[in-house]
Amino acid sequence: MTEPLDRMTLTLTVNGRTIKVAVHPMARLLDILREEIGLTGTKEGCGEGECGACTVLMNGVPVLACLTPACQVDGAEVVTVEGLAKETLHPIQQAFLEEGGAQCGICTPGMLISAFYYLEHPECAENLREALAGNQCRCTGYTKIFSSVRKAAERLGKTIPEV
Amino acid sequence: MPEASLLDFSVFNPRRLDEALSLLAEEENVVPLAGGTDLMVTLETGNLSPCRFLNLMGIAEFQEPFSWCDGKLRMSPLCSYRDTRIDKDVATRYPLLVRAAREVGVLAIQSRGTWAGNIVNASPAADGVPVLMVYDAEVELRSTSGTRTVPLCDFYRGYKEMDRASDELVTGIILPPPPEDRIEYFRKVAPRRLQAITKVLLTGYLLRSDDRIEDCRIVLGSVAPFTLRARETESILRGSVLDSETIKAARAALQGEISPIDDIRSTAMYRRNVAERLLDEFLLSASPESH
Ligand SMILES: Cc1cc2nc3c(=O)[nH]c(=O)nc-3n(C[C@H](O)[C@H](O)[C@H](O)COP(=O)(O)OP(=O)(O)OC[C@H]3O[C@@H](n4cnc5c(N)ncnc54)[C@H](O)[C@@H]3O)c2cc1C
Ligand code: FES
Ligand code: FES
Repeated sequence: MTEPLDRMTLTLTVNGRTIKVAVHPMARLLDILREEIGLTGTKEGCGEGECGACTVLMNGVPVLACLTPACQVDGAEVVTVEGLAKETLHPIQQAFLEEGGAQCGICTPGMLISAFYYLEHPECAENLREALAGNQCRCTGYTKIFSSVRKAAERLGKTIPEV
Repeated sequence: MPEASLLDFSVFNPRRLDEALSLLAEEENVVPLAGGTDLMVTLETGNLSPCRFLNLMGIAEFQEPFSWCDGKLRMSPLCSYRDTRIDKDVATRYPLLVRAAREVGVLAIQSRGTWAGNIVNASPAADGVPVLMVYDAEVELRSTSGTRTVPLCDFYRGYKEMDRASDELVTGIILPPPPEDRIEYFRKVAPRRLQAITKVLLTGYLLRSDDRIEDCRIVLGSVAPFTLRARETESILRGSVLDSETIKAARAALQGEISPIDDIRSTAMYRRNVAERLLDEFLLSASPESH
Protein backbone atom coordinates (compact mmCIF):
# COMPACT_ATOMS: atom_id res chain seq x y z
CA MET A 1 0.00 0.00 0.00
CA THR A 2 1.22 3.51 -0.79
CA GLU A 3 1.89 5.65 2.27
CA PRO A 4 1.07 9.35 2.12
CA LEU A 5 4.09 11.63 2.37
CA ASP A 6 4.74 14.04 5.21
CA ARG A 7 8.22 14.89 3.96
CA MET A 8 9.63 15.10 0.46
CA THR A 9 12.85 16.11 -1.25
CA LEU A 10 12.29 18.58 -4.06
CA THR A 11 14.58 19.72 -6.78
CA LEU A 12 13.82 23.16 -8.07
CA THR A 13 15.63 25.82 -10.01
CA VAL A 14 15.51 29.23 -8.42
CA ASN A 15 16.87 32.16 -10.39
CA GLY A 16 18.93 29.79 -12.48
CA ARG A 17 20.41 27.72 -9.62
CA THR A 18 19.27 24.18 -9.01
CA ILE A 19 18.53 23.45 -5.39
CA LYS A 20 17.36 20.43 -3.37
CA VAL A 21 15.26 20.93 -0.25
CA ALA A 22 13.52 18.50 2.11
CA VAL A 23 10.16 19.91 3.24
CA HIS A 24 6.59 19.02 4.10
CA PRO A 25 4.71 18.47 0.81
CA MET A 26 2.15 21.13 1.79
CA ALA A 27 4.81 23.70 2.77
CA ARG A 28 4.21 26.92 0.86
CA LEU A 29 6.59 27.90 -1.92
CA LEU A 30 6.74 31.23 -0.06
CA ASP A 31 8.25 29.57 3.03
CA ILE A 32 10.59 27.42 0.96
CA LEU A 33 11.99 30.54 -0.69
CA ARG A 34 12.23 32.62 2.47
CA GLU A 35 13.02 30.06 5.16
CA GLU A 36 14.76 27.19 3.37
CA ILE A 37 16.65 29.08 0.69
CA GLY A 38 17.00 32.45 2.43
CA LEU A 39 15.59 34.50 -0.44
CA THR A 40 13.56 36.98 1.58
CA GLY A 41 12.83 39.33 -1.31
CA THR A 42 9.47 37.64 -1.86
CA LYS A 43 7.08 39.04 0.77
CA GLU A 44 4.05 37.76 2.65
CA GLY A 45 1.25 40.30 2.80
CA CYS A 46 -1.97 38.40 3.38
CA GLY A 47 -1.13 34.71 3.03
CA GLU A 48 -4.50 34.23 1.30
CA GLY A 49 -3.95 35.08 -2.34
CA GLU A 50 -5.41 38.56 -2.14
CA CYS A 51 -2.46 40.96 -2.12
CA GLY A 52 0.10 39.69 -4.63
CA ALA A 53 3.15 40.53 -2.48
CA CYS A 54 4.32 36.92 -2.89
CA THR A 55 4.05 36.81 -6.71
CA VAL A 56 6.84 34.83 -8.39
CA LEU A 57 7.22 33.24 -11.80
CA MET A 58 6.87 29.47 -11.87
CA ASN A 59 7.75 27.89 -15.20
CA GLY A 60 7.51 31.35 -16.70
CA VAL A 61 4.03 32.18 -15.38
CA PRO A 62 3.05 34.37 -12.42
CA VAL A 63 1.78 32.44 -9.40
CA LEU A 64 1.18 33.29 -5.76
CA ALA A 65 3.87 31.63 -3.66
CA CYS A 66 1.58 31.65 -0.60
CA LEU A 67 -0.93 29.40 -2.40
CA THR A 68 1.54 27.05 -4.05
CA PRO A 69 2.32 23.85 -2.13
CA ALA A 70 5.73 22.15 -2.25
CA CYS A 71 4.32 18.98 -3.80
CA GLN A 72 3.49 21.00 -6.91
CA VAL A 73 6.84 22.72 -7.39
CA ASP A 74 9.13 19.69 -7.75
CA GLY A 75 11.16 20.22 -10.91
CA ALA A 76 9.87 23.75 -11.43
CA GLU A 77 11.80 26.81 -12.50
CA VAL A 78 11.15 29.74 -10.22
CA VAL A 79 12.11 33.36 -10.70
CA THR A 80 11.91 35.71 -7.73
CA VAL A 81 12.62 39.43 -7.47
CA GLU A 82 16.26 38.55 -6.71
CA GLY A 83 16.47 37.08 -10.19
CA LEU A 84 15.62 40.31 -12.03
CA ALA A 85 18.83 42.30 -11.59
CA LYS A 86 21.86 40.98 -13.44
CA GLU A 87 25.01 43.16 -13.40
CA THR A 88 22.86 46.22 -12.79
CA LEU A 89 19.26 46.75 -11.75
CA HIS A 90 16.67 45.58 -14.24
CA PRO A 91 15.21 48.54 -16.20
CA ILE A 92 11.90 48.07 -14.36
CA GLN A 93 13.66 48.31 -10.99
CA GLN A 94 15.63 51.34 -12.18
CA ALA A 95 12.41 53.05 -13.27
CA PHE A 96 10.73 52.31 -9.90
CA LEU A 97 13.71 53.95 -8.23
CA GLU A 98 13.60 57.05 -10.43
CA GLU A 99 9.82 57.50 -10.47
CA GLY A 100 9.09 56.76 -6.80
CA GLY A 101 7.31 53.51 -7.62
CA ALA A 102 8.19 52.09 -4.19
CA GLN A 103 7.53 53.57 -0.76
CA CYS A 104 7.42 51.04 2.10
CA GLY A 105 8.44 48.36 -0.39
CA ILE A 106 6.23 45.50 0.76
CA CYS A 107 4.31 45.28 -2.50
CA THR A 108 7.35 46.02 -4.65
CA PRO A 109 8.78 42.51 -5.23
CA GLY A 110 5.40 41.24 -6.42
CA MET A 111 4.76 44.39 -8.42
CA LEU A 112 8.12 44.03 -10.17
CA ILE A 113 7.49 40.39 -11.04
CA SER A 114 4.00 41.12 -12.41
CA ALA A 115 5.34 44.12 -14.36
CA PHE A 116 8.24 42.03 -15.68
CA TYR A 117 5.85 39.32 -16.87
CA TYR A 118 3.57 41.86 -18.50
CA LEU A 119 6.34 43.60 -20.41
CA GLU A 120 7.58 40.21 -21.63
CA HIS A 121 4.03 39.14 -22.58
CA PRO A 122 1.89 42.25 -23.23
CA GLU A 123 -0.75 40.02 -24.86
CA CYS A 124 -1.53 38.38 -21.49
CA ALA A 125 -3.74 41.27 -20.37
CA GLU A 126 -5.87 44.01 -21.83
CA ASN A 127 -3.71 46.69 -20.25
CA LEU A 128 -1.29 47.47 -17.43
CA ARG A 129 -4.12 47.84 -14.94
CA GLU A 130 -5.28 44.31 -15.56
CA ALA A 131 -1.70 43.00 -15.43
CA LEU A 132 -1.13 44.57 -12.00
CA ALA A 133 -4.66 44.09 -10.64
CA GLY A 134 -3.51 41.31 -8.32
CA ASN A 135 -0.87 43.46 -6.65
CA GLN A 136 -2.14 45.75 -3.96
CA CYS A 137 -0.24 48.78 -2.75
CA ARG A 138 -1.20 50.63 0.41
CA CYS A 139 1.28 53.47 -0.09
CA THR A 140 1.71 54.87 -3.57
CA GLY A 141 -1.84 55.18 -4.89
CA TYR A 142 -0.58 53.30 -7.97
CA THR A 143 0.04 56.36 -10.16
CA LYS A 144 3.78 56.24 -9.65
CA ILE A 145 3.85 52.49 -10.10
CA PHE A 146 2.11 52.84 -13.45
CA SER A 147 4.44 55.63 -14.55
CA SER A 148 7.44 53.53 -13.49
CA VAL A 149 6.30 50.60 -15.61
CA ARG A 150 5.56 52.90 -18.57
CA LYS A 151 9.02 54.39 -18.34
CA ALA A 152 10.55 50.92 -18.24
CA ALA A 153 8.41 49.85 -21.21
CA GLU A 154 9.71 52.79 -23.21
CA ARG A 155 13.32 51.98 -22.38
CA LEU A 156 12.81 48.34 -23.25
CA GLY A 157 11.16 49.33 -26.53
CA LYS A 158 7.84 47.68 -25.60
CA THR A 159 4.53 49.15 -26.68
CA ILE A 160 1.70 48.81 -24.19
CA PRO A 161 -1.83 50.22 -24.49
CA GLU A 162 -2.50 53.66 -23.01
CA VAL A 163 -5.20 52.71 -20.47
CA MET B 1 -9.84 28.14 15.98
CA PRO B 2 -6.14 27.29 16.42
CA GLU B 3 -4.20 27.15 13.19
CA ALA B 4 -3.86 23.62 11.93
CA SER B 5 -0.35 22.28 11.93
CA LEU B 6 1.04 20.74 8.77
CA LEU B 7 1.50 17.59 10.85
CA ASP B 8 -2.23 17.00 10.42
CA PHE B 9 -1.80 16.73 6.67
CA SER B 10 -0.01 14.48 4.23
CA VAL B 11 0.03 14.05 0.47
CA PHE B 12 -0.33 11.29 -2.08
CA ASN B 13 1.43 12.01 -5.38
CA PRO B 14 -0.05 9.54 -7.88
CA ARG B 15 1.33 9.48 -11.44
CA ARG B 16 -1.54 7.63 -13.06
CA LEU B 17 -5.30 7.91 -12.89
CA ASP B 18 -5.90 4.32 -11.78
CA GLU B 19 -3.51 4.83 -8.85
CA ALA B 20 -5.41 7.97 -7.88
CA LEU B 21 -8.78 6.22 -8.07
CA SER B 22 -7.58 3.29 -5.92
CA LEU B 23 -6.28 5.69 -3.28
CA LEU B 24 -9.58 7.54 -3.28
CA ALA B 25 -11.48 4.25 -2.92
CA GLU B 26 -9.29 2.60 -0.29
CA GLU B 27 -7.96 5.36 1.94
CA GLU B 28 -9.82 7.43 4.50
CA ASN B 29 -10.11 11.18 4.39
CA VAL B 30 -8.61 11.85 0.99
CA VAL B 31 -9.09 15.31 -0.54
CA PRO B 32 -8.26 15.94 -4.22
CA LEU B 33 -5.89 18.88 -4.71
CA ALA B 34 -5.84 20.67 -8.07
CA GLY B 35 -4.54 24.27 -8.30
CA GLY B 36 -5.05 24.77 -4.56
CA THR B 37 -6.45 28.29 -4.90
CA ASP B 38 -9.42 27.34 -2.74
CA LEU B 39 -7.84 24.62 -0.61
CA MET B 40 -4.64 26.50 0.31
CA VAL B 41 -6.74 29.37 1.64
CA THR B 42 -8.81 27.08 3.86
CA LEU B 43 -5.64 25.32 4.96
CA GLU B 44 -3.84 28.54 5.82
CA THR B 45 -6.77 30.02 7.67
CA GLY B 46 -7.01 26.88 9.82
CA ASN B 47 -10.39 25.90 8.41
CA LEU B 48 -9.50 22.50 7.07
CA SER B 49 -9.83 19.32 9.11
CA PRO B 50 -6.90 16.90 9.02
CA CYS B 51 -6.72 15.04 5.72
CA ARG B 52 -4.55 13.45 3.12
CA PHE B 53 -4.35 15.38 -0.11
CA LEU B 54 -4.46 13.64 -3.44
CA ASN B 55 -2.22 15.81 -5.59
CA LEU B 56 -3.68 15.69 -9.11
CA MET B 57 -0.94 17.74 -10.78
CA GLY B 58 1.29 14.78 -11.60
CA ILE B 59 -1.37 12.55 -13.19
CA ALA B 60 -0.25 11.71 -16.72
CA GLU B 61 -3.77 11.40 -18.17
CA PHE B 62 -4.65 14.96 -17.10
CA GLN B 63 -1.75 16.84 -18.66
CA GLU B 64 -3.40 18.02 -21.91
CA PRO B 65 -5.87 20.80 -21.01
CA PHE B 66 -8.09 20.30 -24.09
CA SER B 67 -8.99 17.57 -26.48
CA TRP B 68 -11.67 17.40 -29.18
CA CYS B 69 -13.82 14.37 -29.84
CA ASP B 70 -16.83 14.19 -32.22
CA GLY B 71 -17.02 17.98 -32.29
CA LYS B 72 -17.16 18.12 -28.49
CA LEU B 73 -14.62 19.86 -26.31
CA ARG B 74 -13.19 17.89 -23.45
CA MET B 75 -11.50 19.86 -20.68
CA SER B 76 -9.09 18.04 -18.41
CA PRO B 77 -9.57 18.40 -14.64
CA LEU B 78 -6.30 20.35 -14.60
CA CYS B 79 -7.45 22.80 -17.29
CA SER B 80 -6.87 26.27 -15.86
CA TYR B 81 -8.38 29.65 -16.69
CA ARG B 82 -5.03 30.58 -18.19
CA ASP B 83 -5.09 27.54 -20.50
CA THR B 84 -8.50 28.71 -21.67
CA ARG B 85 -7.48 32.31 -22.27
CA ILE B 86 -4.57 31.32 -24.50
CA ASP B 87 -6.26 28.65 -26.65
CA LYS B 88 -7.41 30.20 -29.94
CA ASP B 89 -9.78 27.36 -30.91
CA VAL B 90 -11.54 27.40 -27.57
CA ALA B 91 -11.82 31.18 -27.65
CA THR B 92 -13.43 31.04 -31.10
CA ARG B 93 -15.89 28.24 -30.35
CA TYR B 94 -16.75 29.00 -26.73
CA PRO B 95 -16.20 32.73 -26.23
CA LEU B 96 -18.00 32.82 -22.87
CA LEU B 97 -15.32 30.58 -21.36
CA VAL B 98 -12.76 33.27 -22.07
CA ARG B 99 -15.05 36.07 -20.87
CA ALA B 100 -15.44 34.28 -17.52
CA ALA B 101 -11.79 33.17 -17.26
CA ARG B 102 -10.58 36.79 -17.56
CA GLU B 103 -12.69 37.75 -14.55
CA VAL B 104 -11.71 34.96 -12.16
CA GLY B 105 -9.42 36.58 -9.60
CA VAL B 106 -6.38 37.93 -11.45
CA LEU B 107 -3.67 36.48 -13.72
CA ALA B 108 -1.79 34.77 -10.88
CA ILE B 109 -5.01 33.01 -9.78
CA GLN B 110 -5.94 32.15 -13.37
CA SER B 111 -2.61 30.43 -13.91
CA ARG B 112 -3.33 27.90 -11.15
CA GLY B 113 -7.10 27.75 -10.61
CA THR B 114 -8.99 25.04 -12.50
CA TRP B 115 -12.54 24.79 -13.84
CA ALA B 116 -12.97 21.41 -12.13
CA GLY B 117 -11.89 22.92 -8.81
CA ASN B 118 -14.45 25.67 -9.33
CA ILE B 119 -17.17 23.06 -9.93
CA VAL B 120 -16.34 20.96 -6.84
CA ASN B 121 -15.70 23.94 -4.59
CA ALA B 122 -19.39 24.63 -5.34
CA SER B 123 -19.51 28.26 -4.29
CA PRO B 124 -22.79 29.95 -5.23
CA ALA B 125 -20.57 32.87 -6.32
CA ALA B 126 -18.42 30.75 -8.65
CA ASP B 127 -17.63 32.51 -11.92
CA GLY B 128 -16.50 29.48 -13.92
CA VAL B 129 -19.53 27.27 -13.34
CA PRO B 130 -22.17 29.59 -14.93
CA VAL B 131 -20.63 29.72 -18.42
CA LEU B 132 -20.03 25.97 -18.37
CA MET B 133 -23.73 25.54 -17.61
CA VAL B 134 -24.69 27.84 -20.47
CA TYR B 135 -22.79 25.53 -22.82
CA ASP B 136 -24.59 22.42 -21.44
CA ALA B 137 -21.41 21.05 -19.87
CA GLU B 138 -21.38 17.49 -18.60
CA VAL B 139 -19.24 16.49 -15.66
CA GLU B 140 -17.45 13.18 -16.07
CA LEU B 141 -16.98 11.38 -12.74
CA ARG B 142 -14.85 8.32 -12.34
CA SER B 143 -14.22 5.87 -9.50
CA THR B 144 -12.81 2.34 -9.33
CA SER B 145 -16.36 1.11 -9.97
CA GLY B 146 -16.89 2.99 -13.20
CA THR B 147 -17.48 6.20 -15.12
CA ARG B 148 -20.62 8.30 -15.39
CA THR B 149 -21.53 11.74 -16.63
CA VAL B 150 -23.91 14.23 -15.06
CA PRO B 151 -25.22 17.40 -16.68
CA LEU B 152 -23.63 20.25 -14.73
CA CYS B 153 -27.00 21.97 -14.38
CA ASP B 154 -28.24 18.93 -12.41
CA PHE B 155 -25.05 18.49 -10.38
CA TYR B 156 -25.92 20.67 -7.38
CA ARG B 157 -28.47 19.65 -4.74
CA GLY B 158 -28.12 22.41 -2.18
CA TYR B 159 -25.51 24.73 -0.71
CA LYS B 160 -22.18 22.94 -1.32
CA GLU B 161 -24.09 19.70 -1.89
CA MET B 162 -23.51 17.86 -5.10
CA ASP B 163 -23.98 14.63 -6.96
CA ARG B 164 -20.47 13.33 -6.30
CA ALA B 165 -19.51 10.37 -4.12
CA SER B 166 -16.40 10.72 -1.99
CA ASP B 167 -14.54 8.13 -4.08
CA GLU B 168 -15.30 9.91 -7.35
CA LEU B 169 -12.90 12.17 -9.14
CA VAL B 170 -13.97 14.70 -11.76
CA THR B 171 -12.03 13.39 -14.76
CA GLY B 172 -13.34 15.67 -17.47
CA ILE B 173 -15.73 18.44 -18.42
CA ILE B 174 -17.42 17.85 -21.76
CA LEU B 175 -18.97 20.59 -23.85
CA PRO B 176 -21.10 19.93 -26.95
CA PRO B 177 -20.87 22.47 -29.76
CA PRO B 178 -23.23 25.36 -29.04
CA PRO B 179 -25.75 26.43 -31.74
CA GLU B 180 -24.50 28.73 -34.50
CA ASP B 181 -25.66 32.35 -34.63
CA ARG B 182 -26.54 32.59 -30.98
CA ILE B 183 -26.25 35.91 -29.20
CA GLU B 184 -24.21 35.61 -26.01
CA TYR B 185 -24.20 37.60 -22.81
CA PHE B 186 -21.95 37.67 -19.74
CA ARG B 187 -21.78 40.15 -16.95
CA LYS B 188 -20.26 39.83 -13.51
CA VAL B 189 -21.24 42.54 -11.05
CA ALA B 190 -18.75 42.98 -8.22
CA PRO B 191 -17.28 45.88 -6.23
CA ARG B 192 -14.24 46.00 -8.53
CA ARG B 193 -13.50 44.77 -12.02
CA LEU B 194 -10.97 42.16 -10.92
CA GLN B 195 -9.98 40.33 -7.73
CA ALA B 196 -13.53 40.61 -6.40
CA ILE B 197 -16.22 38.16 -5.40
CA THR B 198 -19.41 38.29 -7.45
CA LYS B 199 -22.52 40.01 -6.07
CA VAL B 200 -24.62 38.96 -9.05
CA LEU B 201 -23.69 37.30 -12.33
CA LEU B 202 -25.87 36.61 -15.35
CA THR B 203 -24.78 34.81 -18.47
CA GLY B 204 -26.55 33.07 -21.32
CA TYR B 205 -27.27 32.87 -24.97
CA LEU B 206 -30.28 33.41 -27.13
CA LEU B 207 -31.07 32.01 -30.54
CA ARG B 208 -33.56 33.99 -32.57
CA SER B 209 -35.22 33.46 -35.92
CA ASP B 210 -36.71 36.79 -36.96
CA ASP B 211 -38.30 38.05 -33.78
CA ARG B 212 -39.10 34.66 -32.26
CA ILE B 213 -36.85 33.09 -29.62
CA GLU B 214 -35.94 29.59 -30.73
CA ASP B 215 -33.84 28.65 -27.76
CA CYS B 216 -31.98 30.21 -24.87
CA ARG B 217 -29.89 29.58 -21.77
CA ILE B 218 -29.92 31.78 -18.71
CA VAL B 219 -27.66 31.09 -15.75
CA LEU B 220 -27.11 33.20 -12.63
CA GLY B 221 -24.51 33.31 -9.90
CA SER B 222 -24.86 34.50 -6.28
CA VAL B 223 -28.67 34.54 -6.24
CA ALA B 224 -29.35 31.02 -4.94
CA PRO B 225 -27.59 28.39 -2.76
CA PHE B 226 -25.76 27.21 -5.92
CA THR B 227 -25.28 28.38 -9.49
CA LEU B 228 -28.78 28.58 -10.91
CA ARG B 229 -29.95 27.69 -14.37
CA ALA B 230 -33.10 29.81 -14.70
CA ARG B 231 -35.27 27.17 -16.34
CA GLU B 232 -38.60 28.91 -15.65
CA THR B 233 -37.38 32.10 -17.25
CA GLU B 234 -35.98 30.14 -20.18
CA SER B 235 -39.31 28.38 -20.73
CA ILE B 236 -41.17 31.70 -20.80
CA LEU B 237 -38.77 32.95 -23.44
CA ARG B 238 -38.53 29.83 -25.60
CA GLY B 239 -40.96 30.09 -28.51
CA SER B 240 -42.06 33.63 -27.64
CA VAL B 241 -41.74 36.79 -29.65
CA LEU B 242 -39.01 38.94 -28.16
CA ASP B 243 -41.06 42.01 -27.27
CA SER B 244 -41.79 44.05 -24.17
CA GLU B 245 -44.59 41.72 -23.04
CA THR B 246 -42.25 38.74 -23.12
CA ILE B 247 -39.53 40.63 -21.32
CA LYS B 248 -41.99 41.56 -18.61
CA ALA B 249 -43.07 37.94 -18.18
CA ALA B 250 -39.44 36.83 -18.12
CA ARG B 251 -38.62 39.32 -15.37
CA ALA B 252 -41.47 37.98 -13.26
CA ALA B 253 -40.36 34.40 -13.82
CA LEU B 254 -36.81 35.30 -12.86
CA GLN B 255 -37.95 36.93 -9.62
CA GLY B 256 -39.90 33.76 -8.85
CA GLU B 257 -36.98 31.41 -9.21
CA ILE B 258 -34.07 33.29 -7.63
CA SER B 259 -33.65 33.29 -3.86
CA PRO B 260 -30.86 35.74 -3.02
CA ILE B 261 -29.85 36.48 0.57
CA ASP B 262 -28.35 39.35 2.57
CA ASP B 263 -24.71 38.69 3.34
CA ILE B 264 -21.43 40.56 3.82
CA ARG B 265 -21.15 41.25 0.11
CA SER B 266 -24.61 42.50 -0.76
CA THR B 267 -28.29 42.44 0.06
CA ALA B 268 -31.12 40.33 -1.28
CA MET B 269 -32.90 43.45 -2.52
CA TYR B 270 -29.88 44.71 -4.42
CA ARG B 271 -29.32 41.30 -5.95
CA ARG B 272 -32.96 41.03 -7.09
CA ASN B 273 -32.79 44.46 -8.61
CA VAL B 274 -29.51 43.87 -10.41
CA ALA B 275 -30.44 40.36 -11.60
CA GLU B 276 -33.52 41.83 -13.29
CA ARG B 277 -31.55 44.63 -14.90
CA LEU B 278 -28.97 42.20 -16.22
CA LEU B 279 -31.77 40.13 -17.73
CA ASP B 280 -33.13 43.30 -19.35
CA GLU B 281 -29.74 44.23 -20.71
CA PHE B 282 -29.28 40.73 -22.13
CA LEU B 283 -32.71 40.58 -23.76
CA LEU B 284 -32.51 44.08 -25.17
CA SER B 285 -29.07 43.37 -26.59
CA ALA B 286 -30.55 40.31 -28.29
CA SER B 287 -33.68 41.99 -29.65
CA PRO B 288 -34.09 42.55 -33.41
CA GLU B 289 -33.63 46.34 -33.08
CA SER B 290 -30.10 45.86 -31.72
CA HIS B 291 -28.97 43.78 -34.70
C1 LIG C 1 -7.42 35.60 -4.39
C2 LIG C 1 -8.46 34.67 -4.95
C3 LIG C 1 -9.36 35.16 -5.87
C4 LIG C 1 -10.34 34.31 -6.40
N1 LIG C 1 -11.23 34.83 -7.28
C5 LIG C 1 -12.20 34.04 -7.79
C6 LIG C 1 -13.16 34.58 -8.69
O1 LIG C 1 -13.11 35.76 -9.06
N2 LIG C 1 -14.14 33.76 -9.14
C7 LIG C 1 -14.21 32.44 -8.76
O2 LIG C 1 -15.10 31.74 -9.20
N3 LIG C 1 -13.31 31.91 -7.91
C8 LIG C 1 -12.32 32.68 -7.41
N4 LIG C 1 -11.41 32.15 -6.52
C9 LIG C 1 -11.57 30.75 -6.09
C10 LIG C 1 -10.74 29.70 -6.86
O3 LIG C 1 -9.65 30.31 -7.51
C11 LIG C 1 -11.57 28.97 -7.90
O4 LIG C 1 -12.69 28.37 -7.31
C12 LIG C 1 -10.76 27.89 -8.64
O5 LIG C 1 -11.44 27.51 -9.80
C13 LIG C 1 -10.46 26.67 -7.79
O6 LIG C 1 -9.70 25.76 -8.55
P1 LIG C 1 -8.41 25.04 -7.93
O7 LIG C 1 -7.89 24.13 -8.98
O8 LIG C 1 -7.46 26.01 -7.39
O9 LIG C 1 -9.11 24.21 -6.77
P2 LIG C 1 -8.58 23.47 -5.41
O10 LIG C 1 -8.35 24.50 -4.39
O11 LIG C 1 -7.40 22.61 -5.78
O12 LIG C 1 -9.81 22.59 -5.14
C14 LIG C 1 -11.09 23.13 -4.89
C15 LIG C 1 -12.06 22.03 -4.50
O13 LIG C 1 -12.29 21.15 -5.59
C16 LIG C 1 -11.92 19.82 -5.26
N5 LIG C 1 -11.38 19.26 -6.51
C17 LIG C 1 -10.49 19.86 -7.34
N6 LIG C 1 -10.30 19.11 -8.44
C18 LIG C 1 -11.09 18.01 -8.32
C19 LIG C 1 -11.35 16.87 -9.14
N7 LIG C 1 -10.76 16.70 -10.34
N8 LIG C 1 -12.24 15.94 -8.70
C20 LIG C 1 -12.86 16.10 -7.50
N9 LIG C 1 -12.66 17.16 -6.68
C21 LIG C 1 -11.79 18.11 -7.08
C22 LIG C 1 -10.97 19.94 -4.11
O14 LIG C 1 -10.95 18.78 -3.31
C23 LIG C 1 -11.56 21.14 -3.38
O15 LIG C 1 -12.65 20.74 -2.62
C24 LIG C 1 -10.40 32.96 -5.99
C25 LIG C 1 -9.47 32.46 -5.07
C26 LIG C 1 -8.50 33.31 -4.54
C27 LIG C 1 -7.51 32.78 -3.55
S1 FES D 1 0.86 36.87 0.54
FE1 FES D 1 0.38 35.76 -1.21
S2 FES D 1 -1.13 36.97 -2.12
FE2 FES D 1 -0.80 37.98 -0.25
S1 FES E 1 4.95 50.72 -1.45
FE1 FES E 1 4.03 50.23 0.44
S2 FES E 1 2.50 48.80 -0.18
FE2 FES E 1 3.25 49.51 -2.05
